[in-house]
Order: sequence, then C-alpha cells, then structure tokens
Amino acid sequence: MAQAAAVAKPPAPPRRRRVSATPRRLPYLLIAPAALLMLGFIAYPVISVFYYSLQNYNPTKPWRNGFAGFDNFVQIFTKDPQFWDTLIFSAKWVVVEVGLQLLFGLALALIVNQTFVGRGLGRALVFSPWAVSGVLTSVIWVLLFNSQTGISRYLADLGIGAYGTSWLSDTSTVFPAAVVADLWRGVPFFAILILADLQSVSKDLYEAAEVDGASRLKQFWHITLPHLKDAIVLSTLLRAVWEFNNVDLLYTLTGGGPAGETTTLPLYIANTSVDAHNFGYASALTTVAFVILLFCSIVYLRLSKFGGDDK
Amino acid sequence: MITKEITGTAPAPERVAPAPGPRPRTARRAWDEVPRWQIYLPLSVYLLFTLVPFYWILLFSLRPAGSTSLVPWPITFEHFEKVWTERSFGIYFTNSVLVGVATLVMTTLVALAGGYALARFDFKVKRGFMLALLCSQFVPGALLLVPLFQIFANLRMINSLGSVIIAETVFQLPLSMILISGFIKNVPYSLEEAAWVDGCNRFSAFRIVVLPLLRPGLIAVGSFAFVHAWNHFLFALMFLSDQSKQTIPVGLNTLMSADSVDLGALAAGGIVAAVPVVIVFAFIQKWLITGFSAGAVKG
Repeated sequence: MAQAAAVAKPPAPPRRRRVSATPRRLPYLLIAPAALLMLGFIAYPVISVFYYSLQNYNPTKPWRNGFAGFDNFVQIFTKDPQFWDTLIFSAKWVVVEVGLQLLFGLALALIVNQTFVGRGLGRALVFSPWAVSGVLTSVIWVLLFNSQTGISRYLADLGIGAYGTSWLSDTSTVFPAAVVADLWRGVPFFAILILADLQSVSKDLYEAAEVDGASRLKQFWHITLPHLKDAIVLSTLLRAVWEFNNVDLLYTLTGGGPAGETTTLPLYIANTSVDAHNFGYASALTTVAFVILLFCSIVYLRLSKFGGDDK
Repeated sequence: MITKEITGTAPAPERVAPAPGPRPRTARRAWDEVPRWQIYLPLSVYLLFTLVPFYWILLFSLRPAGSTSLVPWPITFEHFEKVWTERSFGIYFTNSVLVGVATLVMTTLVALAGGYALARFDFKVKRGFMLALLCSQFVPGALLLVPLFQIFANLRMINSLGSVIIAETVFQLPLSMILISGFIKNVPYSLEEAAWVDGCNRFSAFRIVVLPLLRPGLIAVGSFAFVHAWNHFLFALMFLSDQSKQTIPVGLNTLMSADSVDLGALAAGGIVAAVPVVIVFAFIQKWLITGFSAGAVKG
C-alpha cells in the first residue's frame, strides 16, 4: 500500500526518483538489525533448548551425557511430583495475581481518569511502584513482613497479633504475603495500560448516554467496558505470561520456600539448571512450559474473541 | 521553513477538549462529575498501600542501626556511606547506568528502524516477522539462560556488560517495535510525501517531519527499556561473575542473602536502586500513558 502511494504521485521531478529508488531493499535493510538480533539471541536459543531437551546433558556428570530420546519427558510426566506441584502453584499464582491486578488496576485507572485536584501528583505517586524492580520489591516487603523489622512488631505493640510473626516463613501466610508484595508492583502496570485506553473513549458516547438517562453503572457496562475489551484481553495475556515467567520476585522474596511452598515452574527450572546443572532435564521442563504457555494463550485468545467483533 | 509548514498541518491532538461551562441541569451526573469522596477515599487508601512500603525502606535507610522509632530521627547517612563505598554500590550504580542507557539507545534505534519498515512498507516476510514478534513474547527469557550463556561464552562476552546489554535489548525489542510501528502509522504518510516534494530524501523527510511527532512515543519506549534494563536481575546475575561488573539488583540480592543481613545497608541500597527509576518515571509517566494510548494495543 505504501509503495502504491509512492508510485501514484504526480509526474516526478528528477530528485524524487532518489526518494523511492530503493524501496524494495529498504524495508529488509531496516528490519535486518532487529531480525538478526532476534534470530541469534531468541530463535537460536529456543531451538537449542528443544535440542537439549532430548539429551542427557549435565556438565558435572559428563559420562552420562548423550542422546536420551524422550526419557526426560517421560520422567517429567510420570516420575516427577515436583513438576506437578510447581505447575499447580504457577497456575494458582498467575490466576490470583493477574485477576487481582486486573480488578484493582481497572478500579485505579477509572479513579485517576477523573478530573480532580492533584491528579498529576496522585497519578505519579500511585504508579511509581511500577518502576521498581522485583528484587527491590522483595527487599521492601522482606523488611515489612519480617518479625523483627516489620509491621507485625508494631501491630503487636498495639495489641494486634503476637510478637515474632514472620509472614514469609509461615506456610499459611506466605502465599497471601507474596501476592500482596507483587500486587504492589503489578497493579500500576495494569492501571497505566487501561488508563491509556480509557483516554481514547469518545466523550460523545457518555453525553449521548446521559441524554438517554443511562446510569453510571450502565454507562460503565455498555460503553467503557466494551471499549476496553481488547486492551484488557491483551494486557491480561501479556501480564499472565510475564507473571508466569518472572522469577525475580519469588526468587529473592521467598527463594521458593518455605518448604517449596512458593516454587513456580520457572523457579524449579532455574534451580534444576543453575544449581543442579541438569541442563537436559531443565530444557525438557522449559519445552513443556513453553508448550503449555502457548496452548493456554491460543485458547485464551480464541475464547475472548480478541479483536473479533468490533472495528 | 518547510518544517514549519508541514508540522502546521499535523493532525490535531485526538482528544478534543469538552465544551467549557456548566452542563445543563437536566443531564445526569457524568463520569466527570463523580462525587469527590468517591475519588479521594479509594485513592487515599490506595496511596497508603503504595507509600507505606516506600516509607518503610526510607525509614530503615535513615535511622541509626538498632533504632525502632517510626520516625527517622536523628537522621543518619552512615548506611548510605557504607553501601556506596564498602559494598561497592558506587560501582554497581555506574554499571547499571551503562546497561540502562546502552539498552535504551540500542532498543530505540533498532526498533525505530524496524518499526518504520513495518509501518510504511509491504514486503514479503512482513506477516511472518510480525508473527515472530508476537511469539517471542511467549519465550521466557529466564528459561533461555543456559543457551544464552553458551552463546555469550562462545562470543567471549561473559563477564562483559555487553552481554547483558544485548540480552536486555533483544528481549525489549519485540514490544518496542510493535509500539513504535503503531506510533508511525499514526503519522499520516502524506506528510512525508509532502516533504519529498519539497526536496527531502526519505531519510531527511523522516528526520524533519516524522521524528518530532514521534517524540512522546519514543520517550515512552525508551524509558520502558531503561527501566527494564535497570531492574532486571537474572541476566546480570548469570553473565557477570566479577563483582566489579555487577549491577545494582545483583548487589541488592547479595546483601539480602548475606548470612547476617545488615538491614540499614539493605534499605540504603534499595533507595539507591529506586531513586533513578522513580525520578525518570515521575517525569515520563504522562508520556507513557499518551504513548501507550497512541500506538499501543491496536497497532
């Protein structure tokens, strides 16, 4: 289409020819750097993960290395309870985390989309944790949840709860504690994406709805939500993939503990490859994780009819 | 002169200001007219949730070791001195700045070139390339550590910041390119054509006409890349073994996993890690929102 537009211009003074002289090669030249980087550092590693998943590969036990066929996969599905445990925890983590982030993010976006005094500052403040890293989030919440340094100590002074409660080392509290820590950083991200899309809702629609006497709830339900649908579907998916894959926070916050209670599948894979040097098995786990992720994403996009009906 | 004329015809900002003045009495409350308490109450609660953790870490970094006061008084900077000099956060800081800025520059330039191609041309592999961009979002960077490590080992780049910069750039590229091509599509092609007629070649037309209009989008993409590179932890942890090459998140992790954790130092390190990105973020959050809404999700 772009080329057609270039060709359709009125008869050319000579210099214009220079402009459109190279369009055939130009786009390839322009995407070449990106394409090369992605081939070398994403595509090639992905392929080598697939390759290693069929191998026994452990630098500390070289005598056992070599082609293994599907042994790794058989072991994953039949003899590795840890795989199922970590997979189930991953699912629970992603669903709870993304669900709550969406809910709070949507609410927050709707609030800061209003005009009110101090809106700029308010936005900057409530969005600021988005810029904070997983590791730093861990540092902060370790301080807050710790029995000696945390809130529980000061609450105990006020007569709420007992001294010496450390929410991160108790199996009954570690999950909610980790969820809260990650929400702190994750909600702003959602809010920013949803707010970005909220800004493009035409004001006319609301005015028309008002004239027709639609309540605010009805306006939200019939105007705002449908408009946001694609943004919500896409940001939920991206966030779910990131939450699934991200190991920074849990690795540093709980280290997967206590007693493996918060080990996600990627964390298990990282431990298998980095600590246990069992690269072949870790690659097989990675392959399984990749397939699961891709499958869930496709199903999700189908079910939500992404970008389907409107526009 | 040409520039002025052309930017003069640039599209008006898409959001048209609503007509001023009071609304007719008969109209129901619009979203604009939500009761104040329904804004300020939930916002205050959320603000508390956001700020208490920041306050907590600030408290620990400023009050003397062993104090349990909830107000950092008397203020001491001993923790900062300690992490900056004894715990080498000065070096980590420099490394993190290098990684962040280099990732920002590389991501923006490479994504700008690629995004322009995607926005303005039809070419054979375009659909395949777009699909690859989307698929790459499902590839967990953390899970590719082993092959990436081998690649960088073969390139003799282990223990050099270059490895981290390349890895961060590559994983920022797909999204950045999708965003930037969205921004470029929003700039009418006719503006560029008009510049050609006025004697620009493709490159100068782009530079003079399109680039200024892309500024908010580029700021959004660039800062996104910077913040990610500044914060990301695993690549630096895995590819850099020398302490003098480490970045701040790795330094923080070292402080955390030390046998006896020095809370003051940990908190001070956390502040050092947070301040640059939070400042960058405070300045760019407005552009971030317009940036995302301009090109983002619809691309």
